[in-house]
Amino acid sequence: MTTDNTDQLREELLAAVAGAKDAAALDEVRVTALGKKGRITGLMKDLGAMAPEARKVFGQKLNVLKDEIAAALDRRKQGFDAAALDARLGTESMDVTLPVRPEAKGTLHPISQTIEEVAAIFGVMGFEIADGPDIEDDFHNFTALNFPPGHPAREMHDTLFLDPAEDGQRYLLRTHTSPVQIRTMMNQKPPIRMIIPGRTYRCDYDMTHTPMFHQVELLVIDTETNMSHLRGCLQEFVRTYFGVEDLTTRFRPSYFPFTEPSAEMDIGCSRKGGELKIGNHGDWLEILGCGMVHPNVLKACGLDPDVYQGFAAGMGIERIAMLKYGIPDLRTFFESDVPWLKHYGFAALDIPSVTGGLTR
Amino acid sequence: MKFTLSWLKSHLETTATLGEIGAKLTSVGLEVENIEDPGAGLVGLIVAQIAHAKQHPNADRLRLCTVDTGAETIQVVCGAPNARAGLKVVLARPGVTIPSSGEVLKKGSIRGIESQGMLCSMRELKLGEDHDGIIELPADATVGAPVAGVLDFDPVIEINLTPNRVDALGVRGVARDLAAAGLGKLKAINDAPVPGRFVSPRKVKMALPADQAHKCPQFVGRMIRSVKNTESPPWLKARLTAAGLRPISAIVDVTQFLTIDLGRPLHAFDDAKLTGDMGPRLAAPGETLAALNGKTYTLDAEMVVIADQASAAGIGGIMGGEPSSVTETTTSIFLESALFDPRNMSATGRKLQINSDARYCFERGVDPTSPVTGAEIATRMILEICGGEASELIIGGTAPDFSRVIAFNPARVKSLGGVEMPGAEIKSILERLGFGVAAAGEVWKVTPPSWRADVEGWQDLVEEVLRIHGYDNIPPIPLPRAPMPKVALSPQQRQVAFTRRSLAMRGLNETTTWSFLAGAQAELFRGEAPRVAIANPISSDLDVLRPSLIPNLAAAAGRNAARGLHDCGLFEVGPRFEGPKPGQQALVAAALRAGHTAARHWAGNRRVVDALDAKADALAALEAAGAVISALQTASGSGSSGGGGVPAWYHPGRSGVLKLGHQVLAAFGELHPGVLAALDVKGPMVACEVFLERVPQPKKAKAGAARQLLKTSPFQPVERDFAFVVDTSVAADAVLRAVRNAEKDLIAEVGLFDVYEGPHLGEGKKSLAISVTLQPTDATLTDAQIEAAASRIVAAVEKACGGRLRA
Repeated sequence: MTTDNTDQLREELLAAVAGAKDAAALDEVRVTALGKKGRITGLMKDLGAMAPEARKVFGQKLNVLKDEIAAALDRRKQGFDAAALDARLGTESMDVTLPVRPEAKGTLHPISQTIEEVAAIFGVMGFEIADGPDIEDDFHNFTALNFPPGHPAREMHDTLFLDPAEDGQRYLLRTHTSPVQIRTMMNQKPPIRMIIPGRTYRCDYDMTHTPMFHQVELLVIDTETNMSHLRGCLQEFVRTYFGVEDLTTRFRPSYFPFTEPSAEMDIGCSRKGGELKIGNHGDWLEILGCGMVHPNVLKACGLDPDVYQGFAAGMGIERIAMLKYGIPDLRTFFESDVPWLKHYGFAALDIPSVTGGLTR
Repeated sequence: MKFTLSWLKSHLETTATLGEIGAKLTSVGLEVENIEDPGAGLVGLIVAQIAHAKQHPNADRLRLCTVDTGAETIQVVCGAPNARAGLKVVLARPGVTIPSSGEVLKKGSIRGIESQGMLCSMRELKLGEDHDGIIELPADATVGAPVAGVLDFDPVIEINLTPNRVDALGVRGVARDLAAAGLGKLKAINDAPVPGRFVSPRKVKMALPADQAHKCPQFVGRMIRSVKNTESPPWLKARLTAAGLRPISAIVDVTQFLTIDLGRPLHAFDDAKLTGDMGPRLAAPGETLAALNGKTYTLDAEMVVIADQASAAGIGGIMGGEPSSVTETTTSIFLESALFDPRNMSATGRKLQINSDARYCFERGVDPTSPVTGAEIATRMILEICGGEASELIIGGTAPDFSRVIAFNPARVKSLGGVEMPGAEIKSILERLGFGVAAAGEVWKVTPPSWRADVEGWQDLVEEVLRIHGYDNIPPIPLPRAPMPKVALSPQQRQVAFTRRSLAMRGLNETTTWSFLAGAQAELFRGEAPRVAIANPISSDLDVLRPSLIPNLAAAAGRNAARGLHDCGLFEVGPRFEGPKPGQQALVAAALRAGHTAARHWAGNRRVVDALDAKADALAALEAAGAVISALQTASGSGSSGGGGVPAWYHPGRSGVLKLGHQVLAAFGELHPGVLAALDVKGPMVACEVFLERVPQPKKAKAGAARQLLKTSPFQPVERDFAFVVDTSVAADAVLRAVRNAEKDLIAEVGLFDVYEGPHLGEGKKSLAISVTLQPTDATLTDAQIEAAASRIVAAVEKACGGRLRA
């Protein structure tokens, strides 16, 4: 064997690779060259009979040749494969304009979402969340909150009563979340910063009232919190909640049996053209009731009103949700109408946070 | 409470505008509900005079008026019959808004003649109904002047009174508050005694038992004879009408007027219809009284009546009686001015369901000095309007002592109210409100006036000072807070929130339904729990507290189906009620699915919802609520695996519970067709109820949030499939459990990939195809080891479930 021979063999084999018409023909070339009885394989076998010096030189040459041919075969094969794939893909197609397979999108009710928004804001201010029973007794719902028996303000509450219980007590459905104030103050020592969201009930059902609705109660008790803090805290809340940085608020004297002094807070709005808009537009919208916790309430909870003081506030969840999200009718909150739930509801992953964004 | 501006000004000397008064009222806590100012709409309208009026050439009914505006002479076409030369009229020029239509007047031409304005009627200005002709202004009105200054309007102010403001029940009290807030000066009122011309032949008889004397502590009476009960003068009628009352006759109107004017209800009886002495007594049980409203009331022994010696003449402080009422022919009256116990009054009014202005005042508490002053003022008015002569006052009982001293540290205005204010200013405000202030030393002695029964402690005084100073002058300060907020939610609250969002992730729509429902529906879901009924339900459909969330969800799905939405998935997280006392409630996450798993679709792989969809919802909720799912056991409704605990509102054969030990954490399944029929909704529906508070909570948060180290194996896992034939009654879970327990250390994963029933398996048999993944940890498994594991698995299934390998 000589160098010329290997050169010739290379040329022949490369020509055969290039000339193969399809993958099967190429495979035949491969067998011819590199198969057990292939020409290069045959030459390899002959190496053993050669003198060591010549074997080394020739062996190297053969290896180079072998690699070169194998590479050529691979390249050619890849070409055939690519062509075959192209041919197959040419026959395959689907209508990608088809609608995708349905996946139900769940939603959260605006009441849940609003409660979480409120909790997120007050959470930043150091409030914790408490809850209490829907069924209450007269003491927690009225007496301890400074509604003495026979007080006219009791009648304003349109209370839903339960049938008398076995123990002779006439229990009721809480008319506000304020009884949880009492439970909180009786169960833990100040300082207290608590928000209490929950279901509340009144015997009233018309365009703007439902027998069940939701409130969130605020309670702060320590030795220093005064009406300036009340105003500041609520102002920060409404500005954050409604996303209006400079929203103006108005405080008006009012009356609640369980606060003294008592106030109602209004926020700026516009009602031009019958459309309600939150912002500093010259008109006012009542948003919540609040005040400094009444000394009789503190006393009922065993706290000395000359030492401890603080504020309480309460607002309607549905009301603030309606205002923020433009939901026109209170009654629809409780109708379970699926198109309504999907339209006014919130995505499962839409978790409100003050730092991450309250509202998408 | 409604009153007119001139009425207010009869007590308040002020130069404030209506707008200023309205703003101040709201600012001191007398919230303005509405101000009706007819004059406000008259912008741009001026006084003009008709110089000439002649017939319109093209219309019989129209006149052509030459009108002097004071600045020029213009031509106006007018259809009013009274449009005549010399008349002073109200002229609207183009560009002015006409109050009745709200539209801007344009220049126009009527029947070919240009009209440069409009002469207005009362109706066009929304000042009345009169549209027969144009307004005729007084002859001395100045031509060219704005009409608003010429026509006499009395704006009506309506305020919302909070129940504590007993002092502002009368217009005078409102005026006092405004004066204190710097809006003018309170005028003096003449409440000096009217000299009696004779001794009343009728005496006062205080006939309440001693222990109930507080129900009417004082009764003041006076006879006035030779009166002429005429129609009230126009000013009085106008004020009553503005207040929403109907003028009746002068004597009655005076008592009506003083109820609103002073917050002092009085009553006048026709003296000729009375017998003997008058005074308060308890009603006899069952005693009846025909009241002024035309209704007859049956009274009980708790109630106070004002009675003569023959019968009850009125329900004390609430309403007079018809038989003793004054009429146009009355010539002699007996005037009553008394005090009543607010609580007793309120109870009587509630029991009898009478809402009168008198009750409204008395149950809030009137000024204890007012029986005498009220009687004097009323007498003076009656004598002025009706003539006659008054007897001396006759007085029974004594007014309760209202005097008290409140210890008040003025520094509290800052420490509670947040407002820095000089002591002198604090003192001045209190004194302007009628409080006596002894401002010596650090703690003052403050004595409230007779009309402020609502003021009890120093906190009330802080409110008075802030109220008059203006709440809007309280500087807002943020609550001081820690540099980093702490976690606001308890672990359980976070889990509830997470449960909600997990169910929403599963495609369910959260809803909120009533806590109550119809009693008949509740019965279907009550189980062992007692019926918790509402004594005064809003309607019979909502008369029982819900023992389960399912009926409301099923009804909701039914309503959606009725609107064509048959495929529906709802959930709610809320209370179910297990008893009638506080705390007898449980927090439940309930989900319900109706119809198909998806809408119809080209891929076509939707199916009717089944119990396992509900089970999947329950497992998702439980996992979100912190339950360890692998530790739970499923027990079927009727199956051999112990059943029990599955509520009766589920299909007995297609339902189950998820248990942790003996504790049922959730129930799920298809709803019972009979129950759905009773709810009048179409099935099938599937549902689950997850009892969130039953999910065990970790005792104490572990140190840190680090998780257990992940164990991995470098050796190849081996997957082997088995098909077991078992009786159809055997629970799949039992087979899977047997498999899992056969090689606890080696088996990493067990899956059920086929369930088959067919004739060649034999009657009552099914085949379960199970894949088992074996994961060695020490060395690659040998064939022998795999075989040994397989035979242990087969033996375990055979032993536990009677299963054999499928041939």
